[in-house]
Amino acid sequence: MRNVAARLGTLARRMPSQGAWAVAVLGAALVVAGCLGPWAQFPFGYPGKMTLSGFPGGARVFPLALVAVTPVLAWAGVPRRRAGLVGAGGIIAITGGNLLSIADGGGGLGAVAWGAWVALVGGLLLAFAFAALPDDPEPAEWRRLPAPLELVAIAVALGALLYAVVKGLDIVESSRFLSFVAFVTTVAFVLQAIGVLAWLRDASARQRPAAIMLAAATAAAFPFTQGGSGYWVRVFASIGVFAAAAIGLNVVVGLAGLLDLGYIAFFGVGAYVGGLFANAGLTTMHIHLPFLLVVLLGASIAAVFGVIIGAPTLRLRGDYLAIVTLGFGEIFRITANNWVGLTRGPNGIAQIPNVAVGGFDFGESHRVLGVELAGFANYYFIELVLVAVAIVAFTRLNESRIGRAWVAIREDETAAAAMGINTVRLKLLAFAIGAFMAGAAGTVNSHVTTQVSPDSYTFLESILLLAAVVLGGMGTVTGALLGATVLFVIPEKLRSFQDKRLLLFGIALILLMRFRPEGIVASRRRQREFHDDDSGDNTGDNTAADAMSGPPNAPVAT
Amino acid sequence: MSTPILRARGVTKEFGGLVAVDSVDLDVGEGEIVGLIGPNGAGKTTFFNCLTGMEEPTAGEMTYRGEAMRGQAYDIARTGLARTFQNIRLFPNMTAAENVVVGRHCRTRTGVFDAIVRTPKFRAEERDNDEWARRLLAFVGLSRVRDQLARNLPYGDQRRLEIARALATEPGLLLLDEPTAGMNPQETSATGQLVRKIRDQGLAVVVIEHDMRFIFSLCDRVAVLVQGKKLVEGTPAEVQADPRVIEAYLGAPAEDAS
Repeated sequence: MRNVAARLGTLARRMPSQGAWAVAVLGAALVVAGCLGPWAQFPFGYPGKMTLSGFPGGARVFPLALVAVTPVLAWAGVPRRRAGLVGAGGIIAITGGNLLSIADGGGGLGAVAWGAWVALVGGLLLAFAFAALPDDPEPAEWRRLPAPLELVAIAVALGALLYAVVKGLDIVESSRFLSFVAFVTTVAFVLQAIGVLAWLRDASARQRPAAIMLAAATAAAFPFTQGGSGYWVRVFASIGVFAAAAIGLNVVVGLAGLLDLGYIAFFGVGAYVGGLFANAGLTTMHIHLPFLLVVLLGASIAAVFGVIIGAPTLRLRGDYLAIVTLGFGEIFRITANNWVGLTRGPNGIAQIPNVAVGGFDFGESHRVLGVELAGFANYYFIELVLVAVAIVAFTRLNESRIGRAWVAIREDETAAAAMGINTVRLKLLAFAIGAFMAGAAGTVNSHVTTQVSPDSYTFLESILLLAAVVLGGMGTVTGALLGATVLFVIPEKLRSFQDKRLLLFGIALILLMRFRPEGIVASRRRQREFHDDDSGDNTGDNTAADAMSGPPNAPVAT
Repeated sequence: MSTPILRARGVTKEFGGLVAVDSVDLDVGEGEIVGLIGPNGAGKTTFFNCLTGMEEPTAGEMTYRGEAMRGQAYDIARTGLARTFQNIRLFPNMTAAENVVVGRHCRTRTGVFDAIVRTPKFRAEERDNDEWARRLLAFVGLSRVRDQLARNLPYGDQRRLEIARALATEPGLLLLDEPTAGMNPQETSATGQLVRKIRDQGLAVVVIEHDMRFIFSLCDRVAVLVQGKKLVEGTPAEVQADPRVIEAYLGAPAEDAS
């Protein structure tokens, strides 16, 4: 990407600057004209009215919106080259993607009408024009504002986020949804390029307690936007479950650096405990314990399993640990499949009743503030609490003696031990806490899905959770949340992509590792780890004395 | 001499058939600086590894202030032995201050509950940790880089940060493994001053070093290890004059271990 942009830049800069602006204006005009023209040929009943001309139906509204905003930003004295290139890139991606999709659906490029081509050319011209601009100076630090104004800005940003989510979920067609995602991503990148996101992050850090309240309120507001429908509330409740589990996995992988490939087993332990102690319709144990007690029990039993698995294996390092945890995950699944007396084998435990606390049935729909909330909203709120607890636990542990010891172990286990850190014990602790979180999430999930069966806890699920953590950004809460959301919303929204899901994740992960190895949301530490090279690499591995004397722990001998 | 802070008797480490450390005795008194020299491959670092519990000696006994030392590396660190490494082993992606605070691990107590609830004990301990980091970084002269990543520090600063981190464990005895390797003469002499300053705080220090001028000007006593055995031990003057030492370094080709 960067190379292409650089080459394009060198090429474009041979042009005089008035020429660049002329090209930009021409490109913008072509995008506008293209978006007002038809994108699909008439006989092809492409959904979203893409065949009509004169108004920007379907995905055509997105390039139009981008082209309207891009010049404003470009002239506003902000890093215009970067912002403009990002905007143009978004236009190209949306136009090109739709073009391919129309061609794919209409049986060839013949199905594509002139509007799409014109808009695509316009986007390319815009990119070319912005590439001709001189490099941006480093964006100036955005000023602090009085606290109330900062809070308003944070609230507006959160509101916009919620609005974008609700709008996006309303879109039914795959191609339009993808265009919308591309649009939102482009806007986010433009905001990033001009420093708005960094300012928002700093402002949230300055107004931390209030910003947290606002974020929680925004999350809690989501079910109220769904007009009594429970579908997406349910999907987001599941996302909450997996986000909580992903945060737990983040303790193990992101902080302590232990690669756990069987993590879903702890989730499964929690789920089975949840199913067995809820007096389900189809079960082997007719015991009904209060919900909160079951959650704690499920989490604790999972943590005990974590210790049982960890005690013998955490003396191993790196690859060996990964293999052993992978084996454990399989053992769990196979046991669940075969221990019919307890787990009902492949049939699983089903008809788990709704959670009821006092007289309040969590499965029923309720009216709150005059708004009808589907039954799943109650589970959504439970998830919200679970995720909140996981976030608090994770961030506070991260900034503590325990968290520092985990990071130290990840960085250099030998040195950590020499500093008085009981490495095996702390690794066990990380394992147990991760398992505890997964167990709690699993217990809650068994009530959301009302059934538990062994095939939900395959190796693939472990890998998906791990992918969520790596994709989002190791060692951060936001990363785990974002990763879980991406991994579970996209397939829900794009049913037709379901069987290609893993392929797409694979490609996404490869691209991410190449261009942004710290994940979408980088922790402060990871960010520096990958991009903080200003002081050069004068580390200790280049001295003659070291080279002569061999590694510190190797037997020193001739 | 009163009870030595460290008494090692007959420390032996074998790797398969190879005897890397062969029945070495060493006493270190309170507040003493002892040098450990010898050709490459003489077993100096392995001896350190045995002392600090990173490798289990095949035989031998070690006591710290009269009490037997045993257990894993972390137990020994808690007992009061801290070390630096021949190849710097900082936590590269933690800041200088964080590196020092990790050294406080074995002197602090708060657990998971304290961390999540942020108990008063936790807050007090964190303040205390900050204070330790501030004082130790000032002590080794790294105050200005407290928030920089360890891996971005210049080489000499990394060496000093490793010493600060070791000091954070409140040791009685500090083991330095080639603290001046790769340093220029100015840095070497600054390191010498730092070691004296540490001794003046009441700590005993054992230094492995190849720089003879550094060792002989710094140490109260010097032990020479050759092929795993302690060849000579004495004052710098005695060791310098000993013909066996000269032979070990310059003479007999058969003993040239490098």
